[in-house]
Amino acid sequence: MPSLFECRGVTKRFGGLTALHGVDFAVERGVASIIGPNGAGKTTLFNIFTGLYAADEGSVTFRERPILGLRPDQITALGICRTFQNIRLFANMTAIENVLVGMNSRISLGLWDVLSRNPGFRRTESELAARAVGLLDRVGLSGTANVVARNLPYGDRRRLELARALASEPALLLLDEPTAGMTQGEASALMHLLRGLVADLGLAIILIEHNMRVVMEVSDRVTVLDHGEKIAEGPPREVQSNARVIEAYLGKRGAGPRTRSGA
Amino acid sequence: MIQSLIAVALVALSALAVATFPRSVLVFLLFQGSLLFVFKARIPERLRWALLAIGLLVLMPVIGYFNSYYLEVATQVGIFVALALGLNIVVGLAGLLDLGYVAFFAVGAYSWAIFGSPHANIIFGGDGFPLAGWWFYVFLFVGLGTAALTGILLGLPVLRLHGDYLAIVTLGFGEVIRVLANNLDKPINFTNGPKGITPISRPPTPFGLPYGEYFYFLALLIVVAVIIVNRRLEDSHIGRAWEAIREDELAARAMGVPLVRMKLMAFACGASFAGVMGVLFSAKQVFINPESFTFLESIGVLAMVILGGMGSIPGAIVGATVVTVLNLQVLKGFSLWLNELKNAGVTVFGFSLADLPTQFEPAKYERMVFGIILVLMMIFRPQGIFPARRRQRELAH
Repeated sequence: MPSLFECRGVTKRFGGLTALHGVDFAVERGVASIIGPNGAGKTTLFNIFTGLYAADEGSVTFRERPILGLRPDQITALGICRTFQNIRLFANMTAIENVLVGMNSRISLGLWDVLSRNPGFRRTESELAARAVGLLDRVGLSGTANVVARNLPYGDRRRLELARALASEPALLLLDEPTAGMTQGEASALMHLLRGLVADLGLAIILIEHNMRVVMEVSDRVTVLDHGEKIAEGPPREVQSNARVIEAYLGKRGAGPRTRSGA
Repeated sequence: MIQSLIAVALVALSALAVATFPRSVLVFLLFQGSLLFVFKARIPERLRWALLAIGLLVLMPVIGYFNSYYLEVATQVGIFVALALGLNIVVGLAGLLDLGYVAFFAVGAYSWAIFGSPHANIIFGGDGFPLAGWWFYVFLFVGLGTAALTGILLGLPVLRLHGDYLAIVTLGFGEVIRVLANNLDKPINFTNGPKGITPISRPPTPFGLPYGEYFYFLALLIVVAVIIVNRRLEDSHIGRAWEAIREDELAARAMGVPLVRMKLMAFACGASFAGVMGVLFSAKQVFINPESFTFLESIGVLAMVILGGMGSIPGAIVGATVVTVLNLQVLKGFSLWLNELKNAGVTVFGFSLADLPTQFEPAKYERMVFGIILVLMMIFRPQGIFPARRRQRELAH
């Protein structure tokens, strides 16, 4: 049976730099983590998956449908949504408005419905608002609906981004370092939440993460990228003891600190 | 309670004062100020709307009966309120800086000017034109549609542009439309060039209403419609998508906002308001030429939006009112007053104003005073008169 999400031989070059080199990757269900040193090409991969970058080579399929070349909003409508490494909320909109924007691809109202305020419009708007409040509750942001996003504390902003991504009813969620800047306690709580989402909604998650404790705890599979190439893949325990992975992170034994260029 | 009493008293007394001194600019300003107070005072909503309705529907036309120039000012205010609300969608909500907005006003104006005057006979031959007066009502919608289409035409090439680049292209677009209007008298005479088009037909007025009152009421009706449309758009997924684009275009795309459609929709909606008012404008003026659609007009409307408070509907309304009244009344009144002093030979510090060289004629200060007011406003209240709820918070940081 083909995977929910599959990418084959994805290559991306920026000028002379090859950011990704023939990366294969697949997700069926559960949490698949992508780890690797800075500049390994993890976020570039996300940008290709969500249509923000065009890949130079390779194919990406979601539910057996090729998605390379689709616009970001079309990909979101198909059921893939993401968060960003450096939080990108709509800073001057309230929490609930942020979530409502995330629902945009699920709204089938036209200009006329908006201008005439017909019963369909009013019903949809109140349903959306109720769902948005529900999502805020789910990620632990009850009572912040009318707080402007920029005024939320850091951890809450990360959670709001998660709620906004969930609002598009994705089947596959891409999380780019969701625990960055969080305390260990906050990170654990977030992982608990993610596990709950996987169990309740049957969601598949691709997770980019630097916090190894989180990765080991939550992942079903781990993929390791280094210099744009996949160097290891497998269950967390296996990857943890892989010699090439240790080398990529810590450098060759006795070779001294490894220097990097490009990236 | 006290505010309610003050509001009622202010409106009543100022209206009475205008009826008593129909020539005094200051007294009319007082009347306008009283309506502004009612607009913003802490009074019951019903009283607010009742007072505004009485002021705009009853008192204003009566004042216009005593002094028709005031009605003209009020009509102009209506026209610019609609323009400011249209530009507010593009600039304030969607964050697309448009420096050529008056082009859409021109498109609306020329659409009725050409077909509502004998000029169309030159283009199409025969003597079927001007169209009968009632066609004017049809053309309110034709102007709306044509302007919206022009908005989409402008939107298509600038989809990928942001900020400064977008501003430059829209500025160019505004100039292109004006230059086209100036030069499309050859090889086929579409616009009659700089000479302009006249006479443009006016619709038959209902109940034998004089044209001053008629255009005032029509402008008011359109403004109310524009406000309703504006509010409904703002308070929907379309408005939220526009704001999301303004806040973070990339994140908006990734969250499923169809960028192309939403940007084109913003341009089209903003343009359509200007188109409708353009049709009204050409009928009201009877004569139009490209001089009415200069770059300065675009900047003027932008100044209204910024002065009022970007992204805020009350802001756009008040901004347009203040700037129009300032330009048509206050600054004119100010230079008239200075001229009177000059003619009376008043001396200041031993210098007779009558000896003032013509280069220093007060009428020439008008723009300067306006400019100084804008600069002061931006220094002391950068968020505008009635800032949008969120912008207020953004600037607090």
